[in-house]
Amino acid sequence: MSRSENRRGRRHPLASVALLVVGLFVSGGAYAAFTGAATAEESTVTAVEVTDGKALFAANCASCHGLNAEGTKAGPSLIGVGALAVEFQVGTGRMPMSGSGPQAEKKPVQFTQPEIDAMAAWVATLAPGPTVPTEASLQGGDPANGAELFRINCAMCHNVAGAGGALTEGKYAPNLHNIDPVHIYAAMVTGPQNMPVFSDMNITADEKRDIIAYLKYLDENPSVGGLDLGALGPVSEGLFVWIFALGGLVAITIWLTAKSN
Amino acid sequence: MTVATQNKQSSGRGMRFVGGVANYLDERTSLSGAVKFLGRKIFPDHWSFMLGEIALYSFVVILLSGTFLTFFYEPSMVEVHYNGSYAPLKGIQMSVAYSSTLDLTFDVRGGLLMRQVHHWAALLFVASIGLHMLRVFFTGAFRKPREINWVIGFGLFILAMAEGFTGYSLPDDLLSGNGLRIIDGMVKSIPGIGAWISYLLFGGEFPGDNIIPRLYVLHIMLLPALVIALLAVHLVLLIVNKHTQFAGPGRTNENVVGAPILPVFAAKAGGFFFLVFGVIMAIASLVTINPIWTYGPYDPSPVSAGTQPDWYIGFADGMLRLIPSGWEYVAGGDTWSWNILTPIIVLMVFIIIVAIYPFIEAWITGDKREHHIADRPRNNPTRTAIGAAGVTFYGVLWAAAASDLFATHFRLTIEGVIRTLQIFLIVGPIIAFWATKKIALALQRKDREMVLHGYESSRIVRLPGGEYQEIHYPLDEYEQWRLVSYEEYAPAQVRPNKRGKITVGTRMRASLSRFYFEDRIAPVTTKELESVHHGHH
Repeated sequence: MSRSENRRGRRHPLASVALLVVGLFVSGGAYAAFTGAATAEESTVTAVEVTDGKALFAANCASCHGLNAEGTKAGPSLIGVGALAVEFQVGTGRMPMSGSGPQAEKKPVQFTQPEIDAMAAWVATLAPGPTVPTEASLQGGDPANGAELFRINCAMCHNVAGAGGALTEGKYAPNLHNIDPVHIYAAMVTGPQNMPVFSDMNITADEKRDIIAYLKYLDENPSVGGLDLGALGPVSEGLFVWIFALGGLVAITIWLTAKSN
Repeated sequence: MTVATQNKQSSGRGMRFVGGVANYLDERTSLSGAVKFLGRKIFPDHWSFMLGEIALYSFVVILLSGTFLTFFYEPSMVEVHYNGSYAPLKGIQMSVAYSSTLDLTFDVRGGLLMRQVHHWAALLFVASIGLHMLRVFFTGAFRKPREINWVIGFGLFILAMAEGFTGYSLPDDLLSGNGLRIIDGMVKSIPGIGAWISYLLFGGEFPGDNIIPRLYVLHIMLLPALVIALLAVHLVLLIVNKHTQFAGPGRTNENVVGAPILPVFAAKAGGFFFLVFGVIMAIASLVTINPIWTYGPYDPSPVSAGTQPDWYIGFADGMLRLIPSGWEYVAGGDTWSWNILTPIIVLMVFIIIVAIYPFIEAWITGDKREHHIADRPRNNPTRTAIGAAGVTFYGVLWAAAASDLFATHFRLTIEGVIRTLQIFLIVGPIIAFWATKKIALALQRKDREMVLHGYESSRIVRLPGGEYQEIHYPLDEYEQWRLVSYEEYAPAQVRPNKRGKITVGTRMRASLSRFYFEDRIAPVTTKELESVHHGHH
């Protein structure tokens, strides 16, 4: 859905003026707040972004989550989920959902990154929530520690090799190959779908970085043994040995005992 | 004895070669008798007779690669911190068994290849034994005088699974540790003595630090020794009993038609060994198996999604997955875990039936003759149907071990998969039995029709009267022989014994015999053939 479409029709003549006032007020307030606190986090949130985000939200998300993200019977409230949850859900294509099902599925992303940022900025204004970290803060972890943490905390659903696994009632833990580090981080912090939240009390920010480092290690280093058969373990190995090894050898026996014509 | 006289005596190049070999050995060892005897052993040619050879050759590959592995592997559960070249495990605490397997994988030249050769060959070993057993079953090659060899072969199958399981546990990685934990759980479920046996096996509380060295001794000493011993007996009995053959012109119950071991069969078999070796090497060099480095060292707390045993233990895992929950209760101070005991009992019964099937069938048919002609599966519809039911039962259990992968890969609910397989476990074998028997009988009818009336030529002619007819051509003699030569059984009659009594055993046997042979298609007799041919000409 394009932005021009969202803007069309049903808007009070003074809406732009009112939004401009609100926007100026918010950005001015934010400026005051940030210059005062002088945090390391970069903040590029602008008033325009917030208003854009609200409009995008109203057009694409509000039918389930409510006009003010207060939630409806069809979707949960998003007050307090923070920018990070929006980044994860919309940035991986899970939201907007294409249909109701056991869980929202990953699909091609429906919005551009600026649009996602705008919606995230608006949702973040509703109540405090987790923020999107910088790329740099997610790099340089220790894969060995990450691997151990992954085995203990993640492997029971996602499989040791990150191949994914089944949950109850048609739900599943997705595979973790080639996932954007921000989204791995976001999944741990916001606990999307059936995933539990791993707060910093549980797995610290540094440990999260280690886990990301391990998953990136798996992406960047193909199996040293050759084809990994989907990293599914003994089931795919068994199928392979029956079909290709034994199948091939049976074909050879037929060849060896064939009568020459 | 000289080569010259040998040449004169024997005709043909093959016999000359046999003579030469015998002569060379005889001058040094006086072994000529044995070589001549063995060299002239005849093996019939059929692809399905080579399945056992695949097993034998993969076992040789297992022995060779396994020996290499023992040079580097250390069966110890002492804790160390890994300091090898695999980055994602650096500094992690693990057992020496696991770290030496990692070193073998990453720091010993050819180590990973040998590990993969060993493991792929092991999977192939058990798979080829399974297929070999199915061949023997469906062709009735287990009948007298080969019942004992069936039981020995069955013993080899069980030993192969035990070898596989002990070997799979040796790296002390997370996946195999979970497998051991399940075995521990099954042992502990035995009422009364379970906990004692578990403590005895593991030398204390699971996992302890004894189990890996113990499994190692079993894996490289006791079990291979038993496999080699049984294999030797298996092969000796194969020679003593002679090989079965399919019916054909000139092939009778009293002879074996085929190539002698020397030189034809030996050359073929030798070549085949290298083909098996080659296939295993090709797969091992291209395809990862058991990537223990991703599984990590064993730790009793994590259990990965998609944890499965190697394929040959899959049926047992599947049975555990299919048992409904809530079957356990406490009685007499013990927890009776019927959710674990039932699978153990069902699997035991299944396995025992497989082991003693030749004796069951022999008792029902009352057949005490020797059989050297292999049955075509269709010619014994009930046995074939029983086999199909067994394969289905095993197959459903096998599939159940991958229930979670069915759910994720075919987008199903895991509950639905389990429920469906539970129903299939009971209904599937019945359907398979019924369908297979119908198909076998239909094929027999078709054979009979072909023998009596020839095969359809797809040539349609119009007769002078206007009638259209398809011309049938008679079968050639070879084909006809194949289709008519099989034995016919009839249901046993209930007859009183010497004291004039009809025992329960007799009744049971009679009803089983009826079950086996009530529906049957009689082979075409010579008389029938003659009358048909006279009618035509």
